Amino acid sequence: MFGIFETLREKLRRTDVYKSIFRHAYQDTQRNRALQILDNVFLHLHPVRVSRHATNVGYTWGMGGITFLLFIVLTVTGVILMFYYRPAAEYAYDDMKYLMNDVAFGPLMRNMHRWAAHAMVITVMLHMFRVFLTGSYKPPRQFNWVIGVFLLTLTLFLSFTGYLLPWDQLAIWAVTVGTNMARATPLLGHEGPFGAELGMKVNNDVRFVLLGGTQVGPPTLLRFYVLHCIFLPLIGSVLMIVHFWRVRKDGGISGPESETKKN
Amino acid sequence: MDHLLGILTKPDNVPIVLMLALIIFYTTYSFRKARRNDRREGSEEADLGDKVQVWPNLVKVEFLAALVVMAILTVWSITLNAPLEQPANPSLTPNPSKAPWYFLGLQEILVYFDPWIAGVTIPTLIILGLCAIPYIDINPKGNGYYTFKERRFAILTFCFGFLVLWVSLIVLGTFFRGPGWNLFLPWQEWDTHRVVALTNIDWSELFGVPTHRVDDSLNPAAMAIGTITILAWFSLGALYYVWKRKGDVLRRLGPVRYTIIAALFLIMMALPVKIILRLVLNVKYILVTPWFNI
Ligand code: HEM
Repeated sequence: MFGIFETLREKLRRTDVYKSIFRHAYQDTQRNRALQILDNVFLHLHPVRVSRHATNVGYTWGMGGITFLLFIVLTVTGVILMFYYRPAAEYAYDDMKYLMNDVAFGPLMRNMHRWAAHAMVITVMLHMFRVFLTGSYKPPRQFNWVIGVFLLTLTLFLSFTGYLLPWDQLAIWAVTVGTNMARATPLLGHEGPFGAELGMKVNNDVRFVLLGGTQVGPPTLLRFYVLHCIFLPLIGSVLMIVHFWRVRKDGGISGPESETKKN
Repeated sequence: MDHLLGILTKPDNVPIVLMLALIIFYTTYSFRKARRNDRREGSEEADLGDKVQVWPNLVKVEFLAALVVMAILTVWSITLNAPLEQPANPSLTPNPSKAPWYFLGLQEILVYFDPWIAGVTIPTLIILGLCAIPYIDINPKGNGYYTFKERRFAILTFCFGFLVLWVSLIVLGTFFRGPGWNLFLPWQEWDTHRVVALTNIDWSELFGVPTHRVDDSLNPAAMAIGTITILAWFSLGALYYVWKRKGDVLRRLGPVRYTIIAALFLIMMALPVKIILRLVLNVKYILVTPWFNI
């Protein structure tokens, strides 16, 4: 019975198509293990070999990796949500209702998008906490920490802009409270120190630019939608690429030995 | 009691309960690790310094972690619906109106500072301060392993900022703030009509100097007291410098790095000081000027 599968698999492995996709067999040799990493565009983000403590969850908590995983989950579920959602004040809320009540797997997709977003904010903070506690921002990784801070800010902005999109009471008032702060920006907000002196009014200051109006309204929805679905994820992806590249270039995950090597 | 359960299991509050659990766990866990490392010769991480192959050693861990995260996320998403309240209505303000949970620490600070400080200056300084950390902390020790002994000041300062000023203020804002942004215990029913009498006074008025003169113009004496107080606070940094400048630490830091550290540190510590002044003495402003108040 199983002999048939065995033979079929052997036959399959010898076809031109299979060999063109998978370059090598699954042998447990040093060389093959190295090739598994090197010949795969995704896996070769990793070096071929790392020190043992870098694979220890107790050291990194896996938090950077989990943050990245959540970002991918958010991209996938987010694209699906975009099929059903129109960022206009007269449609947005009804589209959410429709998604929650009438779309197959709609609630699952929206819930997963919501909870993964909250989770990502938590994991990115924990990741930063871990990096701090292991002193991993010290030379040569100083600049990667700075890129990390930008990623943290971006994660918060992504979450904040997404919060408005359901266009319910929770959404507009949370965003109203958040963006009201911008009135008080020194120099650039109409209620901030020296704002009025510089000619800032409710309809030309930094908050007005952010909202596209004097209060959270339909133009704000469109603005936040574009920021949330295009601009911020794009910048985030670029920064993540740089972040991962730098982890490699800075000699992999930090460890006690890198300190002595540098000096 | 129902109120407590309600507030803890409100869909958008579940992540905060989760965060709190994770933070308590990881803080304890890493401080234990640090203590073990501090007591032994060389770190535990150094014992694991040999090289292993990423395939399968690391890929295996990543795969397992991904499975666990996806399993949790799937169960969470099946069992708990994301909130969808009444349609947006700009003329119906809910009470309390809360920002998204990760900004509740900042919203809490709004009680103690004007929006230009709480909503703009402090977030900006947090971001700039975080970016500055690798360049102002030049202690070469404690790179790549858990330790406490070798970087006491750095770790205590960061933990104070992160655990006390960021995380616990978020918890306060989520679970202890109700209508009118008044304080309620988590199991206390929210009373929308509660009015808390505002008896706030300004710093100079503690010394009998009114902020405004009889004709309602600003009192220069009050402004002088405020300005002197703030200058005195920041001159603590200068005093410490004069006192310790011969010491190893300050010599290595140099004046520029020291100034940045001292300024960031004193600004951060001004926050709890102002919170205490408000809670204990009802102090509203330290300094009132025609353009801004502190
Ligand atoms: C979207 C956000 C982020 C993603 C996806 C991300 C991802 C990662 C990953 C996968 C690693 C490898 C090691 C690990 O998993 O811990 C890493 C390392 C690192 N991250 Fe992040 N990160 C993010 C945000 C941040 C933030 C907010 C900071 C700090 C402020 C930061 C600073 C660093 C540093 C310094 C390293 C090197 C750590 C070491 O060598 O031990 N990252 N990051």
